[in-house]
Amino acid sequence: MTDASLSTWVHRRAEPSWLGRLLDSKPFLVVVCLLPAIGLLMTFLTYPLALGIYLAFTDTTIGRAGIWVGIENFTYLFQDPIFWGAVFYSVFYTAIATVGKFGLGLWLALLLNNHLPFKSFLRAIILLPWIVPTVLTAIAFWWIYDPQFSIISHLLIKSGLRETNVDFINTAWPARWSLIAANIWRGIPFVAISLLAGLQTISPSLYEAAMLDGATAWQRFKYITFPMLLPILAIVMTFSIIFTFTDFQLVYSITRGGPVNSTHLLATLAFQRAIPGGQLGEGSAIAVSMIPFLVFATLFSYFALARRKWQQGETND
Amino acid sequence: MTDAAASVENKPVTAPENEAMAWDSKARRMVVLWLPLTCFVLILLFPFYWMTVTAFKPDAELYDFNKFNPLWISSPTLDHIYHLLFKTSYPSWLWTTMMVAFGATFLSLLSSALAAYAIQRLRFKGSQYVGLAIYLAYLVPPSILFIPLATMVVQLGLFDSPMALILVYPTFLVPFCTWLLIGYFKSIPFELEECALIDGATRLQILRQITLPLAVPGLISAGIFSFTLSWNEFIYALAFIQSSENKTVPVAILTELVTGDVYQWGALMAGSLLGSLPVAIFYSFFVDYYVSSLTGAVKE
Repeated sequence: MTDASLSTWVHRRAEPSWLGRLLDSKPFLVVVCLLPAIGLLMTFLTYPLALGIYLAFTDTTIGRAGIWVGIENFTYLFQDPIFWGAVFYSVFYTAIATVGKFGLGLWLALLLNNHLPFKSFLRAIILLPWIVPTVLTAIAFWWIYDPQFSIISHLLIKSGLRETNVDFINTAWPARWSLIAANIWRGIPFVAISLLAGLQTISPSLYEAAMLDGATAWQRFKYITFPMLLPILAIVMTFSIIFTFTDFQLVYSITRGGPVNSTHLLATLAFQRAIPGGQLGEGSAIAVSMIPFLVFATLFSYFALARRKWQQGETND
Repeated sequence: MTDAAASVENKPVTAPENEAMAWDSKARRMVVLWLPLTCFVLILLFPFYWMTVTAFKPDAELYDFNKFNPLWISSPTLDHIYHLLFKTSYPSWLWTTMMVAFGATFLSLLSSALAAYAIQRLRFKGSQYVGLAIYLAYLVPPSILFIPLATMVVQLGLFDSPMALILVYPTFLVPFCTWLLIGYFKSIPFELEECALIDGATRLQILRQITLPLAVPGLISAGIFSFTLSWNEFIYALAFIQSSENKTVPVAILTELVTGDVYQWGALMAGSLLGSLPVAIFYSFFVDYYVSSLTGAVKE
């Protein structure tokens, strides 16, 4: 009886070929599925990361394999005022731009969280600065910051607020602030839309309860909105800090590190020394010196923000 | 991912309640809500407006703010666009950018869909750690990698070839796409696959006929995101490509159109406008996918 049923079953189902069996075995499938992604990342991410750290300890130039020079590149850089200028500006740029982006982005998210007509349309056009290639909008900012034909200068003079053209990018400090402004402009949409998604998950019953207890708008924000947003804020901020600190496009397009190296970020300085300058070893050393800052920024924003959330969970009053 | 979809659906329900709770008067609402919102929108859109206006202005108007109203075009002209399309290699830059973006997107989608399936569905030992490692790869910025990658690209004989970009772009696309797709696969009920398994389907059949079709929205999101990110990429394209005709649009505008001390702002702005258009059009078709993948990825 059992034999008969078994044989009919076997007949109905075609015997899988060795290939079919191989494709059905889980370990094989796991390897095959992971191979392209892991292979790509290992070859073009992990290996270059290690190679970059190695290059930082050699005197490689374009066209000549270098020899191991130990920490010579770093001792040279630590005596180089331009390097320290870039470190300072990278930290300054990241700090101010992050505060600006998150302040304004949170405000915009709160505004968008109201009941509005054409909400999805509004959201769509607000994301536009984030979608369009950075370099292209940076060029638009370059034109807006033009020393002679800046539209902002013109409007300010027309309205009688100023006598002369505004100096946006021709001296050190104005150039630094102008770049930060452009970075904030580009960063607001991403922050606002991500935080908006977080705001929409907060249950309105929390606000109802708070209003019944007589909480003011500020108290509702401080005790409900902000703590509930923290987990998302922590992630978005980690990303934002990392990508602002290692920013390259905006500064390279608008000032290329000038005037007189005053707006170099570590990334632009590394590029300038390594590719046009040919000093691959020194460029790598500059790039590698970003890593400690990145690790610190990630840990700080992750733990500073995420830990508050855990505490809130434990001592929720 | 499901969270994002749910929150979008919830919105119409929660918003009127918020409004009813706020007891806002009309005037107050005007000052607190509409005024700042209008300022935000104006400031966020102004550079695009200025770009467009500049691109269609004749040179005489461009550099004379007193005789002509700078915010408006008195006699629009297509000179700058004509110059761009017929006197420079702009069409070939567009073509290269398009090819690179499509190639990189295809490669990353393929590898990240497989990886996400393996991590989320095959559930082997240590799959979580592989997922975490791929996620961490996203935190390694291109600014740290471009120098060693440039030396690698030269050694592989790919210097000055768009192929180098197609191979390198997945380094920042794969982690993001994998992450996004893991979220999508998670939202597909496991039971569907179990049924198929009981019916005698092989794992490959399940992937091809059940999981992938159900993950199409996720694939579209990941695809358009990859396309935009590849279109925007700058530092690798700047470092790896030298000859004019192989440059991508962002690099070419900055290095080929900026000549000497006199900037041709009309042509520069026309170039920026044309370079932004494909992404903007692409974006306008898939706006909801963008928003959901952006918010979904943040929340995963």
